[in-house]
Amino acid sequence: MKQLTLEQKLFLNGFRPDKESHLRIKDPEKCKTCKLRQCTYVCPVNTYRWENDQITVFFEGCLECGACRVACKECGNLEWRYPRGGFGINYRTG
Amino acid sequence: MSERGEKFDVIVVGAGPAGLAASYLLAKAGLKVAVVERGDFPGSKNVMGGVLYRQPTEGILPGFWREAPFERAVVEQRAWVLTEKAVFKFSHRHEAFAEEPYNAFTVLRARFDKWMAQQVRSAGALIIPETVVESAIVEGERVVGVHTGRPDGDLYADVVIAADGVNSLLAQSMGLRPELDPDQVAIAVKEVIALPREVIEDRFNVTGDQGVTIEMYADASWGMVGTGFIYTNRESLSVGTGALLSQLVERGVTPNDLMEHMKAHPAVAPLLAGGETREFLAHLIPEGGLRGMPKLSTGGMLVVGDAAMMVNSMHREGSNLAMASGQLAAQAVLRAMEWKDFSAESLSYYDQLVRDSSIYKDLYKYRNMARFFETHPAFFSLYPDLLNEAAREMLTVDGVSKRSKQRKIFWGALRRRMPWRMALDFYGAWRSIA
Repeated sequence: MKQLTLEQKLFLNGFRPDKESHLRIKDPEKCKTCKLRQCTYVCPVNTYRWENDQITVFFEGCLECGACRVACKECGNLEWRYPRGGFGINYRTG
Repeated sequence: MSERGEKFDVIVVGAGPAGLAASYLLAKAGLKVAVVERGDFPGSKNVMGGVLYRQPTEGILPGFWREAPFERAVVEQRAWVLTEKAVFKFSHRHEAFAEEPYNAFTVLRARFDKWMAQQVRSAGALIIPETVVESAIVEGERVVGVHTGRPDGDLYADVVIAADGVNSLLAQSMGLRPELDPDQVAIAVKEVIALPREVIEDRFNVTGDQGVTIEMYADASWGMVGTGFIYTNRESLSVGTGALLSQLVERGVTPNDLMEHMKAHPAVAPLLAGGETREFLAHLIPEGGLRGMPKLSTGGMLVVGDAAMMVNSMHREGSNLAMASGQLAAQAVLRAMEWKDFSAESLSYYDQLVRDSSIYKDLYKYRNMARFFETHPAFFSLYPDLLNEAAREMLTVDGVSKRSKQRKIFWGALRRRMPWRMALDFYGAWRSIA
């Protein structure tokens, strides 16, 4: 079968993104000293990207799984919430 | 009541199998039940691989399969041990699985949960969608309601059932369990891949509404502790893979790369050929087992399903434990209602019910398994390789006698792992699952 990029896959999903992110980095300075920056690769949809010497959060494609929350447990630098009611991923198959 | 927000007998947080099972039974018993769900509709945020077992579901909804939107009845279960270029397959098929009352079904949760929620609504419960529960309302020693994200959104009840899934912010906020550790959860991703009905039936050797499940080990999770799977739906395949989050962190692998790695395997790719991905999903699977199980109850609150770490990863069972725990929770709530006592002590009856059930017994049986396999990576790389190479050697006709081949396999294996290490590995593996 045809291999899709992650972006193409996310384009297939139904989302209703909120205006504001439900994910918040508590202290962006702290991420600069983070060795692994595991959030940049454990997230299935690449929500967290290291750009211009800081973490940027692309929350719009978030699947609300919680992997980042657990991966960042040690630093505890992530304020993790669900999107507001009615926002976020909307699976058709599940 | 308007002063204080609406009061229910029971508030169930989360419309998954655990929450819906509990709310259905409680509504049937005549209680005033509210189910608070953060998705647009029940099912719209819910993910699993796709196997739903008949027996525990039937305990809630007798004969459900006659109406419920299931995909296929599972008649054949395969287990594949993959290495980079090879696969060793085991499988079991039984005609009994193709007959009523069936054993298991593949389902798509957005459809199944939606249907189940309709039954709950018909039973008299109020389903409140698009609403996030933010925290519990605590008075004195017990939970008396929940704060939701809606304006004036406080809801009150005698009992709150936390069925809010693996991330259970509710159980956590009540101190019933600590933050999850990366070795207590697996991150799994799934694609629903559309294929014509006939193609699926030809490729998987089934007819009508019969279906197949394939669990894949070793190279399916790139040698990490995890599994991959292919489940047949009517007109699609549910294809996924996952591994312990701690292992993904260590290896620096992304879930999507893991997925593409598995899909490209020479034994997997032909099954997916011509398919079109329709949706991309992700979910955390609680792998903490009995050791990670939180405190199951406190004053005014019970914890069920994934929120209570009730997953048996050995047998890829979860939704069934969720349903069973929902049923036990309903039982405990009904007794508390009768006694008009919602204290921690009264509700600890639920803990006792769980302890006496097969949920606890099965999780107890495999309580050491997760840790064992995590500390014995040979089972996800070395041993699968030895197995496949041994098969290849014995099946290759090259003029070498079979006895010489056996010797070659035997000594080859011992060169890669000391015999006493191997003996310990297999003894330990057996002990952890026996």
